[in-house]
Amino acid sequence: MDFLTIIQVLDSTIRLATPLLLACLAGLYSERAGIFDIGLEGKMLAAAFFSAAVAAVSGSVWLGLLAGIAASLALSGLHGLASITFRGNQLISGVAINFLAAGMTVLIAQDWFKQGGRTPSLFDGGRFTPVDFPFAESLAGVPILGPIYSELLSGHSILVYVAFLAVPATWWILFRTRFGLRLRAVGENPAAVDTAGVSVVGLRYAAVAICGLLCGIAGAYLATALQAGFVKDMTAGRGFIALAALIFAKWRPWHAMWACLLFGLLQAIALRFQNIELGGFTIPVQAMDALPYILTVVILAGFVGKAIPPRAGGEPYVKER
Amino acid sequence: MTIMKSLLGAAASLALTAGAALAEPALIFDLGGKFDKSFNEAAHNGASRWAEETGGSYREIELQSEAQREQALRRFAEAGANPVITMGFAMADPLSSVAADYPDTKFVAVDVTWLDAPNIRQIGFAEHEGSYLVGMMAAMASKSGTVGFVGGMDIPLIRHFGCGYAQGAKAVNPDVTIVANMTGTTPAAWNDPVKGSELTKAQISQGADVIYAAAGGTGVGVLQTAADEGILSIGVDSNQNHLHPGKVLTSMLKRVDVAVYDAMKAGENLETGVFNMGLAEEGVGYALDDNNAPLVSDDMKAAVDKARQDIIDGNLSVVSYYENDSCPAIKF
Repeated sequence: MDFLTIIQVLDSTIRLATPLLLACLAGLYSERAGIFDIGLEGKMLAAAFFSAAVAAVSGSVWLGLLAGIAASLALSGLHGLASITFRGNQLISGVAINFLAAGMTVLIAQDWFKQGGRTPSLFDGGRFTPVDFPFAESLAGVPILGPIYSELLSGHSILVYVAFLAVPATWWILFRTRFGLRLRAVGENPAAVDTAGVSVVGLRYAAVAICGLLCGIAGAYLATALQAGFVKDMTAGRGFIALAALIFAKWRPWHAMWACLLFGLLQAIALRFQNIELGGFTIPVQAMDALPYILTVVILAGFVGKAIPPRAGGEPYVKER
Repeated sequence: MTIMKSLLGAAASLALTAGAALAEPALIFDLGGKFDKSFNEAAHNGASRWAEETGGSYREIELQSEAQREQALRRFAEAGANPVITMGFAMADPLSSVAADYPDTKFVAVDVTWLDAPNIRQIGFAEHEGSYLVGMMAAMASKSGTVGFVGGMDIPLIRHFGCGYAQGAKAVNPDVTIVANMTGTTPAAWNDPVKGSELTKAQISQGADVIYAAAGGTGVGVLQTAADEGILSIGVDSNQNHLHPGKVLTSMLKRVDVAVYDAMKAGENLETGVFNMGLAEEGVGYALDDNNAPLVSDDMKAAVDKARQDIIDGNLSVVSYYENDSCPAIKF
């Protein structure tokens, strides 16, 4: 494996890790506030569809992004309504959102565009184009650092940089601001937050809304940056891998980034080398595909430290029993 | 009010029995969905053509999960639909158990050729022959000497496509490098354009400059990325040349539409048995239209048409992957 191949695999890793990272951070906010969210997949899918649909009709990718975020926020609101206001089961609400998104996107797409649950292909202006760093072209010839700068770091869509900047931002918000402290507290011990006179319901809604925002960006990235349009079920389980990454990262932002990059790397390697020969053994591509889930099970089983979810996670808050 | 109700009820039941007596044909789409721009859409086109020409109507269902296969078959058979047309190799197992229960109903199985039942019309396509032709074109159009293949779900049928393609490419240029990838091993592999794009990028970085996608909805991503990156791609099943005019070299046509059209036209008097649609029967071929005419040189066309004739005459044989579950030209 030569240097250029490694760069290309890492480049692919960044592209594949970005939707995972956005969804993973989305889940992080929600779950840190005590709202389990297995509807990440559905929200991404809805955002992917609405961003592609609006971008196709309006010709503006930014309007598309806004529409995607709005769709994802609407589903988040639904999840919040069911699990915060009406104290329903958060898992069931999440599953319902996944089903709703899978069905509604195709139905609406068929009604609007008559292309069988797809949106028309997006052309220039309807898609996020790669952002080239200054001097990327001229520095490409520099050994080692040149390719890293021009191939690996430069040339991604703006949403990729947004995703990676969201990691320190998340860390700062959660661990260095008053809002973050309260948000974490509401996931550990909502009664204490309530006693302090802070609204549990308000905080949880805020967390769920941030979750919707990030899922919206993730979906828009899939449909308008990586692809040029929506295809049914195009998230293909990425929301669930993001959840696995979240557990793998034990609900911490920096670890979430590394977990998503690891899972992205596994995918990139599996895509680049179908069957890997390793000292006489052949690792089939299926094993690579399954590895994120296997790693998550290993973590959950407690082999690599304990993964302790937020203590009040999954429980609706009731003031008085 | 009550009179109205019973009148309506009577009318409704009359309509129902009338429908059953006519024995409409029924069409069961596979998981890719009716508008996959590929395999299932071809079936839909064939059925629509029949409906337009005859003014008849047909029933249809798009399967959403594996569990619905047998259920859908039984529902249509119970409702008196005849013939019941099914798409895809995965219908073989449900068909083998259901067909015996409805001896008076005729079934059509596209992509299935190995069942033993008197009331099934089984239609197999010689995909390897069509893929051989587009493989030749790929190798002739390639400047780098490397061509790519992106399959959908890793099943023998898709390897069968890839095998014919590799043989065709090698026939033109024995030194050609063929990069072959499968998208996955679950049905999700038919609908993952993001993965299709990444595979395409990976193949481009390995030098491929013509990529053949036999991957359903995933192929949409392959064709898109190929067009974005300025290389050529090859579509599959339906004519996909129009998706990116001037950037899709050709499409391997699999005339599922003809098979479905013929079956619907024959109606209840359908002939059953195993039918093989190859180059000679025009069941497979390559697409040439205004969108790709500038890409196909006269030499290319002459060579491909000659190979086509040789295959039909029996002077050239393309090895089928099914023969011994392996391919002489490529290792998967």
